[in-house]
Amino acid sequence: MSVLTRTPVGAAPKAKRSLTTSKYLPVMVTLSLFVLMFAVGSVIFPGFFSGQVILNLLVDNAFLLVLAVGMTFVILTGGIDLSVGAVVALSMMIAASLLQAGWPPFLAIVAVLVVGSLFGLLMGLAIQFFDIQPFIVTLAGMFLARGLCYVISLSSITITDNFFTTMAQTRIKFPGGLFISPSVIIALVVVAVAVLILHHTRFGRTVYSIGGSQQSAVLMGLAVPRTKVLVYVISGLCSAVAGILFSFYSLSGYSLAAQGMELDAIAAVVIGGTLLTGGAGFVLGSVVGVLVLGIVQTFISYDGTLSSWWTKIVIGSLLLVFIMLQRVFTKVKS
Amino acid sequence: MKSFLRGHLLWPVVALVALLLFNQVMAPDFFSLRVQDGHLYGSLVDILRNGAPTVLIALGMTLVIASRGIDLSVGAIVAIAGAVSCTYIYNSPDPGSVATAATAVVLAILVGLLMGVWNGFLVSVVGIQPIIATLVLMTAGRGLAQLITGGQIISVSNPHFKAIGAGYFLMLPISILITVAVFALTALLTRRTALGTLIESVGINPEASRLAGINARTLTWIVYVFCALCAALAGLMISSNVTAADANNAGLYIEMDAILAVVIGGTSLMGGRFSLTGTVIGAFIIQTLTTTVYTVGIAPEITLVFKAVVVIIVCLLQSPKLRAMLKKPVKKAVAAPKVMVSN
Repeated sequence: MSVLTRTPVGAAPKAKRSLTTSKYLPVMVTLSLFVLMFAVGSVIFPGFFSGQVILNLLVDNAFLLVLAVGMTFVILTGGIDLSVGAVVALSMMIAASLLQAGWPPFLAIVAVLVVGSLFGLLMGLAIQFFDIQPFIVTLAGMFLARGLCYVISLSSITITDNFFTTMAQTRIKFPGGLFISPSVIIALVVVAVAVLILHHTRFGRTVYSIGGSQQSAVLMGLAVPRTKVLVYVISGLCSAVAGILFSFYSLSGYSLAAQGMELDAIAAVVIGGTLLTGGAGFVLGSVVGVLVLGIVQTFISYDGTLSSWWTKIVIGSLLLVFIMLQRVFTKVKS
Repeated sequence: MKSFLRGHLLWPVVALVALLLFNQVMAPDFFSLRVQDGHLYGSLVDILRNGAPTVLIALGMTLVIASRGIDLSVGAIVAIAGAVSCTYIYNSPDPGSVATAATAVVLAILVGLLMGVWNGFLVSVVGIQPIIATLVLMTAGRGLAQLITGGQIISVSNPHFKAIGAGYFLMLPISILITVAVFALTALLTRRTALGTLIESVGINPEASRLAGINARTLTWIVYVFCALCAALAGLMISSNVTAADANNAGLYIEMDAILAVVIGGTSLMGGRFSLTGTVIGAFIIQTLTTTVYTVGIAPEITLVFKAVVVIIVCLLQSPKLRAMLKKPVKKAVAAPKVMVSN
């Protein structure tokens, strides 16, 4: 469409400036929302204003952070991955059952990562080479992963492995009584790697260009098919990592675990300012999105009178507000 | 007959018959029907009765998908409808009367209407992608249902309310009769009037339809309202069958089953073409599949694996690329690479 509209040469710098500001605007809105919520919480609840409350957001949502990173890649290409929650559960079940069977933890983790990536690869191939819509393929993937959980075991499996329990119980202490868990470091490493890949590699630029306009990307000679398959592999791998982190957190494998977590991941990405049509957004935005979701939960647990279902209602409303904002932003742009 | 064999209904029917025959082999009394206390019993009746809510929702979903949309919120609407009706009956001064049951039903339908208007508003007026617009209600809806029930499973004992999901009329389960009525009404409205064709045209190209004088926005709105109404009705059926409202588990994954039924029935996910009969057959394939898994003695949770396999196979069969590959294996090497079209 931009080919048809002629832009006067003189207007170019101005247009560029407004584009760069609006590029960060959604993330800025989310970030201010987070700061605002934290400020309000600090005023209302005693003990809310502490570094540990913020660090706990990371500790409790490390797995969601990783999931949101994978989902960001997929949504940036204009796709969607509904299977992530189920793949998290499957990863937990595989890890738990392999450990129960006496596998060394390292091998079990590698096996989980391989299975997760393979799962993503298969879905990516189906989407790319058979032209089936991402949502129905990943829906089938979700069914398959959940079903496979039950094939592995109908009941939950406890993890007693030393390495896993150590990872669950270790606290990395900071001065001032602050601490984080090893999972947080893993999640932050994943985020850092994702930022590097998205902004400093050819693959990352291809991801953005596919979301901007797939046809243009094809015509520019970019490796569109390979990239589209790879984003689902990344999402599958991230789900597997998230599954491992979640089993550090819960120390068990449970088929019903992570139910609806795909919705949380999508909500985090959208609230973080990534356009659902693809092409615009940042991994760091999704990180802020996860923090916002986390602080909603913290609010509700601090309040004590609000019941847990308010989380769902608030997340749904936030999702709505940010989707509306996206509409406004894209309309203003065009 | 020839047109039927060539048509899109052939494979779904073959699949359904194959599944039914397989059941007959596994359990020899599968096809037997018996009358007991003036009620019709048998495996086939069970399949029809258990499949009724899915069929209802799938009918609504068919029209939504025909308009190139999707409604992910139906499961949440099922939960909300059940929560509203059961909570009303539970709190009413006369929990056993006909009037209470009738009011509860009307309330649930009204709430469904409201949800449909909301979804339709987001999609047709605000212009949000359907999958995302309905995701909002899918996320928040179960929370709303829990808010209504206070987070508890509300059990009610109203014989009139129970009749919707578990009652019998003329030897047949009432839920089946309701479903048949909705199916007949929908088929009549869409296929004996221009409505169906208009919805299909919106699914093919909303802008072109608008320019051709079709009120695309209103039509899109209507299909979401219809889908939500079907979901509310199904919610009533489900909660009445167990005489309780379970905000967490009522209608869980039913959106997936409904979409699956629609796809198996030959309605294209790209919109623009739908088959109500196909959808009904699709829904019964899913229900029979579930029953088969029980009959064979596999853990019911593993049904999900079979469903996934069915979706994958059906989608692959529908995929134009695979069809082209199967039809013209020789030309494939010569043909120029197709220009990809972004969705």
